[in-house]
Order: sequence, then structure tokens, then C-alpha cells
Amino acid sequence: MSELLVEATGLHTYYGSSHVLRGVDLRIGCGESIGLMGRNGMGKTTLLRTIIGLVRSREGRVRIRGRDATREAAHRIARMGVAYVPEGRGIFPNLSVHENLIMAARPGSEGRRDWTLERVLETFPRLAERMRHGGGQLSGGEQQMLTIGRALMTNPELLILDEATEGLAPKIAREIWTIVRKVRESGIATVIVDKNFAAVNSITDRNLILVKGEVVYEGPAAELRERPDVHQRYLGV
Amino acid sequence: MDTAIFFIQVLNSVQYGLLLFLVASGLTLIFGIMGIINLAHGSFYMIGAYLAFSLTGLIGDFWLALAAGVVVAVLIGLALEWLVIRFLYDRDHLYQVLLTYGLILIFEECRSLLWGDDVHGVPVPPALDFSIPLTENLSYQVFRVAMSAICLALAAGMYWLIQKTRLGMMIRAGSVNREMVQSLGINIGLLYRVVFALGVALAAFAGMLGSPVSSVFPGMGNQVLIVSFVVVVIGGIGSVKGALVAALAIGFADTFGKVLLPQIAGMVVYLLMAAILLWRPQGIFGKA
Ligand SMILES: Nc1ncnc2c1ncn2[C@@H]1O[C@H](COP(=O)(O)OP(=O)(O)O)[C@@H](O)[C@H]1O
Ligand SMILES: [Mg+2]
Repeated sequence: MSELLVEATGLHTYYGSSHVLRGVDLRIGCGESIGLMGRNGMGKTTLLRTIIGLVRSREGRVRIRGRDATREAAHRIARMGVAYVPEGRGIFPNLSVHENLIMAARPGSEGRRDWTLERVLETFPRLAERMRHGGGQLSGGEQQMLTIGRALMTNPELLILDEATEGLAPKIAREIWTIVRKVRESGIATVIVDKNFAAVNSITDRNLILVKGEVVYEGPAAELRERPDVHQRYLGV
Repeated sequence: MDTAIFFIQVLNSVQYGLLLFLVASGLTLIFGIMGIINLAHGSFYMIGAYLAFSLTGLIGDFWLALAAGVVVAVLIGLALEWLVIRFLYDRDHLYQVLLTYGLILIFEECRSLLWGDDVHGVPVPPALDFSIPLTENLSYQVFRVAMSAICLALAAGMYWLIQKTRLGMMIRAGSVNREMVQSLGINIGLLYRVVFALGVALAAFAGMLGSPVSSVFPGMGNQVLIVSFVVVVIGGIGSVKGALVAALAIGFADTFGKVLLPQIAGMVVYLLMAAILLWRPQGIFGKA
């Protein structure tokens, strides 16, 4: 097992009085790819937002490379090398494509400088053609590429993708998957949440399934393919 | 009106409009980006004027006093954001209005303690204290021309800062999606503090720059505050470009209103606002 990048233990998160995460553990090794699965409303987004400091847990710890990050501000967690591609994108519509990409560009927490503007544009040639356009003028697929490209410009150790292909045409979704595969191969750890379990499973090393804020299944990607019962019971297809 | 007088009125309009822009641009930035209604913004203009009065006396040179005053204003802005304003971001506008109104009272009281309630004046810097003759008996003071030039340079600098620098990109991004900006590793708290201090410095600078041509007196911030809000509303909340256009429009309306419609001079600015809002309720450059 490689060195631990993120170690979340015993997370309990509430929204007011509703108890959403009920003791979740999640470990992510350096360069590891993890699929986070579960039906709608099971707490996947809440888990991700708790880890990156946008939502506070009431109990539990988050460590990043062994350092306690439980109460750390969101921008500091980002600077520890965690990049987030949120549900529903999160481009800045009032900034141009070029500005969206360069506004947060920086070397990584470990000094990584692999992802430059040139490399991002090579990876997303569609963005290169739209540099002067406003972020809001892009199609859904292009906006998603912009959000991923922008995240890569921070040279992260971990890329979190929450429903990155939601609402995209199958052809565009395939382009996104190809890119995610490339990112993974470049050594960046990934956490992927997506409705397309087969696609997730074909990329990840390991999968977790959340049901009502608890991890009910955890296993290597190869295993889930052989377990239609798990699919049936927890993912409902 | 003959052409020379008309020309002088145009220059006066531009000079007043540009000075107003400096105050209003800070107000619109703080409101548009941080969502704070800052009633104390006029007080910064007043503080600037009093700083110019004291520092010019102390240092002996208006321009050096101006530079020192900007430093003081930035420090006041940073401190105030840290002490008070940062607790208002997630609050209702009512709390913001109440608290910043309280700040006006505090600033007025401090002004009274430090400087008293007399009217003061700041001498026009000697190097620019001469006039260009326009006709035999009409002339225009060079200092006023310099004021407009300085305001224009600052407006250009702000355009550059907001449109061309990464700081400007972060500021614009922060106005639409705060969480996303944080998740990209940007310290939004620090960003807001900088924007607030910038707004304070602009208002104070306007107060300093304008001090030699207007007098320095108690309550001077309140007049400016009201007109600045008119500018922000006409220009479109959050739009610096809108603030520039609106401030110039107000400058012309006010100046020519006094000359052409002296009976209703005090109302012209508000009539203009009403007319523009009937045409575009969100302001000239506001988002619907
Ligand atoms: N901001 C919020 N306030 C209150 N409840 C929320 C909020 N966000 C999510 N929830 C609730 O928390 C539960 C988990 O939501 P979420 O983490 O978004 O699930 P998932 O991403 O797995 O679809 C759901 O029941 C949802 O209704
Ligand atoms: Mg979700």
C-alpha cells in the first residue's frame, strides 16, 4: 500500500439536526483512484465537502499526509493538494476561459509543476479554441472540461470529481472519461462519484458504497464486477 | 450661456463626476463583491479630508500628505475589516445598515474630539495654484485640471487591476462563487480585506484630493454618501464601469442643474435617478 494521502476517520456530519454522515472512514493512498458510489441523497457530496473543509463534521478527523486538517480552512486544504470539481460545475461565468484557467494556477504542494496552461490546452483542445469566450458561453461539456482544467492548473495531488458527467451527451462523457484516465495515469490520486458505475469501475482501484451516510461495501474494483448482488442491493439497477 | 462659461461648466462637471467616481467605485465594489451595504463609506471621504488638513499642516507639502494619508487610510481599512466588517458577511442587510450607521456616529464623534467642529481649509498646492486664462475675464484653475487628470489615472489603474491582474480575476470570481474560490486555494477572507481597504483608500483619497477646492467641515461625508449611493444605483450595483458613467452623469446633472434650473437644483440629481431607473430598473450596467 502506498503512502496515505487522505485519511478520514469516524466522520459524523449534520445539516442542522439531520444526521447525514454516520461514522464514515475513507483512506486514499497517493496516486490511488477511488470510486464513491451510492444512490442519490446517500451523503457522497457531503463526504467530499467535509473532507475539503466546506462543511464541518461534528465528530471525526481528517488527516492529509498525516497532518490534521479537520478544522483547517478550505483554502488551506486546497493548498495541501486537494482539488475539487463540484457537482453542477462551478466555472466563473463572468471570467473568460483563459481567466478561469489562470486565476488559481500555482505549483503543487509538493512542488509539482506538471500542469501548465499549454499542457491543459493540449489535453482539452476544445478550450484552446474558446480562450476569449466568457465561461458562461460554453456548452455543458466544455464547462466541465474547464472546471477540470482549472483544477489541474493547481497541480493537485488529489482530484475529486463529483458527478462530472452529469447531464452530458454520451460522446462528451466519453471524452471526459478519457481525460480522467490520463489524469490518473499521470499519478494524481482521484475520487470519482458518478452514476455510470461501469465507467467508474473501469478506472478506479477500489470502490466504496455509501448508504444513508454509512459505508456498506468496500472492495477492489475487480471484485465489484463479480458481485451483481452488491449492485442490486445498494445501487439499485 | 456663452462658450467660455459653458466650457468651464463642462470642466467642473467632469471634475466633480470623477471625484464622485472614486468614492462610489469603492462603495459599489464592497457591495457588489462582498454584499456589504456600507453606510460608513462617506465617513472615509470625510476622514480623508481631515487627514489632508492635518498632514498638510504637519508635513508642509500637499502631495506628500496625500501619500501618507493613503497609507493611513489603507491601515484604517484593514483594521476596520478585521475588527467589524468581517462579522457582517453572512448577516442580513439590516445588521449591516445598523452597524455601519453606528460607525458613522463613532467617526463623527472622533472627528469632533480630534479636530473640533470648525470649518477648515486646505491650501491649494502652490505649484498648481495659478489659472489658465480662457477669455479676458474668465480663467480656470490648473489644480482642478490636475485633479481630473489624477482621477482619470486612478480610474485607468482600477480598470487594469480588476480586468487584467490575477487579483482582479479572483475579486470578480469571488463575487459569483465564494466557495469555489476557496476550493481553489484562495484565501477569500484576505481577498475581502484587501477589497475593503482599497475601497476605504479610494474614498479617503477623494476626500484628500478634493479638500483644497471644497472646505473641510463636519458632516461632509453624509452628503457624499447619499450622492454615491445614487451613483451606485444608477450605474448598476457592483459595476465599476457603471459607477464611472453614472458619476459623470451626476456631475453634469448637478453642475448644469445649478446653472440652468436653479429653482430645482437640489432635485435634478434625483430626477435623473428616477428617470434612469424607470428605463432600466437594474441600473445602466446592472445585471437584470
Ligand atoms: N445544504 C444542505 N442542507 C440540508 N440538507 C442537505 C444539504 N445538502 C444535502 N442535504 C441532505 O443530506 C443528504 C445527503 O446529501 P448529499 O451528500 O448531497 O448526497 P449525494 O451526493 O449522495 O446525492 C440528503 O438527504 C440531502 O437532502
Ligand atoms: Mg451529490
